[in-house]
Amino acid sequence: MARRVTRTRKWAVTIVAWVIGILIFFPILWTILTSFKTEGEAVAMPPSLLFFDWTLENYREVQQRSNYFMHFLNSVTISLGSTAIGLVIAIPAAWAMAFQPTKRTKDLLMWMLSTKMMPAVGVLVPIYLIFRDTGLLDSRLGLTIILTLIDLPIIIWMLYTYFKEIPGEILEAARMDGATLVAEIVHVLTPMAIPGIASTLLLNVILAWNEAFWTLNLTAAQAAPLTAFIASYSSPEGLFYAKLSAASTMAIAPILILGWFSQKQLVRGLTFGAVK
Amino acid sequence: MTFRSGLLGMCSLLVMSGFANAETLTIATVNNGDMIRMQKLTDDFTAKNPDIKLEWVTLEENVLRQKVTTDIATKGGQFDVLTIGTYEVPIWAKQGWLVPLDKLGADYDINDLLPAIRGGLSMDGKLYAAPFYGESSMVMYRTDLFEKAGLKMPDAPTWDFVADAARKITDKKGEIYGICLRGKAGWGENMAFLTATANSFGARWFDEKWHAQFDQPEWKKALTFYVNLMKDAGPPGASSNGFNENLALFQSGKCAMWIDATVAASFVSDPKASKVADKVGYALAPDNGLGKRGNWLWAWNLAVPAGSKKVDSAEKFIAWATSKAYAELVASKEGWANVPPGTRTSLYTNPEYQKAAPFAKMTLDSINSADPTKPTVKPVPYVGVQFVAIPEFQGIGTAVGQQFSAALAGQKSVDDALAAAQALTTREMTKAGYIK
Repeated sequence: MARRVTRTRKWAVTIVAWVIGILIFFPILWTILTSFKTEGEAVAMPPSLLFFDWTLENYREVQQRSNYFMHFLNSVTISLGSTAIGLVIAIPAAWAMAFQPTKRTKDLLMWMLSTKMMPAVGVLVPIYLIFRDTGLLDSRLGLTIILTLIDLPIIIWMLYTYFKEIPGEILEAARMDGATLVAEIVHVLTPMAIPGIASTLLLNVILAWNEAFWTLNLTAAQAAPLTAFIASYSSPEGLFYAKLSAASTMAIAPILILGWFSQKQLVRGLTFGAVK
Repeated sequence: MTFRSGLLGMCSLLVMSGFANAETLTIATVNNGDMIRMQKLTDDFTAKNPDIKLEWVTLEENVLRQKVTTDIATKGGQFDVLTIGTYEVPIWAKQGWLVPLDKLGADYDINDLLPAIRGGLSMDGKLYAAPFYGESSMVMYRTDLFEKAGLKMPDAPTWDFVADAARKITDKKGEIYGICLRGKAGWGENMAFLTATANSFGARWFDEKWHAQFDQPEWKKALTFYVNLMKDAGPPGASSNGFNENLALFQSGKCAMWIDATVAASFVSDPKASKVADKVGYALAPDNGLGKRGNWLWAWNLAVPAGSKKVDSAEKFIAWATSKAYAELVASKEGWANVPPGTRTSLYTNPEYQKAAPFAKMTLDSINSADPTKPTVKPVPYVGVQFVAIPEFQGIGTAVGQQFSAALAGQKSVDDALAAAQALTTREMTKAGYIK
């Protein structure tokens, strides 16, 4: 009897999970499907799900019109660059907060998070002026710096919670054995926190990849990443939904594939320490 | 040997100086058919000007507006040529943010530009932006549905006729709606249509002393007319319909009439995208016998920001893109129907263009009948037909648009929406220092 209940429950949970999964994935699926339709079919009512004339015309048009590869390289550079710099700064910072807390540590953490509460547009003009005067406008370096700064609070918070789970005694033991501070962080702490660091890294790459305010406003022709590539296909006067969908599909494909292959790491990292 | 190396050195110097002279123009533009076509045709320009390279930044209209405004206000200098609308030109010219275009060349023929369009782009007799394509609004209607109902659309209909016809043709069970109009809130969405419509009802945004006029009977009449008409003969959920939503409805055969931008004519008459391509007729925007029609005036224009260091090359490019020769280039490559409309008189006197574009005369008449400096029946202190060319208008226009959209959705009465619009406009205008 008990077994049967478990089995029914298992089925129910599986079905619910699938339904939620499909619901969340549906907009992406719809975008991908629309990218293979003609512009006329893309807005047809009622829409056809699978039975339409599949065409690659939109992809051809997008290829012709824009330099996808340049935008792609910009996205890769900016998201990986900002994440790498972010981790180099955040690991020591999170170490300090987790293992050497002071009275003010909690306040400091809250203060860092509070910077995320300000609407980005509020500091657009000051940042724009700084970028103009330092020649960082429309440069990958400038975007990497700004994305590092805006994602740093989240990286530090995530690492801080992971580090809290690691017993401080282990680090103490390393210190007793004569390890220097750098050795303690690099050789003892980091290897133990690899799952946490990996999921922080992945999440941050995704966040940086999708960031669409600064990457749109601080770039022009040279450093524009895939967000600008998508924005060039959106139009309030004219139905170009199929082309827009093709551009969107090309822009999300790399991150979708990355997410697919690393989902185990991602889930493990996100639930790390949650179940004991 | 020495002579040879000297010669080589000179050659390489020449080559290098050639490279040093090659200028790169960064052009910010919007994503619409005519602009994309221009990007594809720029080989013609670079062949004539080998020392100028072009780089494009294409963006969605509202994203572009925000970005270009930030850049020009901070003198960021990221762009050398900007694509801006008739709303921005007078404001930015006044701020000194644009370079006056006085080096467009001898054969540019500035007097050929349509007076209504040119007037909105000039200040103190100087042109601050060159029109790339211009548009107005007009009635697009289904000739088959009108015939079936035994109605005949006049070339210049009145609002009463349009309303009667819309109610007569509507068949809600058969999903045929008499009229599709904008309802989505936004200064460039429903307020473009409603401000232009209100002009034909004699309403105005402000009196000569910048006092809001939403408490006047003209606005009440215009808004009541619109809300009732849409309730009786409009599609469901009209309060979230903008240009694209109405275009999709009209193309799939669900609207008998649609009053919107003249640029829509090229979409609805395209057999590849539109189910009703061969059944569309065109008429002037309606009026109320007060001497003003309910059509707007808009143009996308090319301008040079004051921060640019490449003004001469930028003007050269603008002269190329807005010249008569460019129209001929498009015609030779893609046919006369694809030439950007609404900027030059010569295009409309061209018999080949008249043959290729059945909506040509309607577009020209619509543009000519709109006067940005005298948009409505009573005098106004502002420039602009479907907008008020002051920096505060984007915010105020959208806020008022939300009130009117709520009235259309039935969440508010017309009186409440007008009262709220009056209060918020007065508040903002006082804060901005217009009302003393």
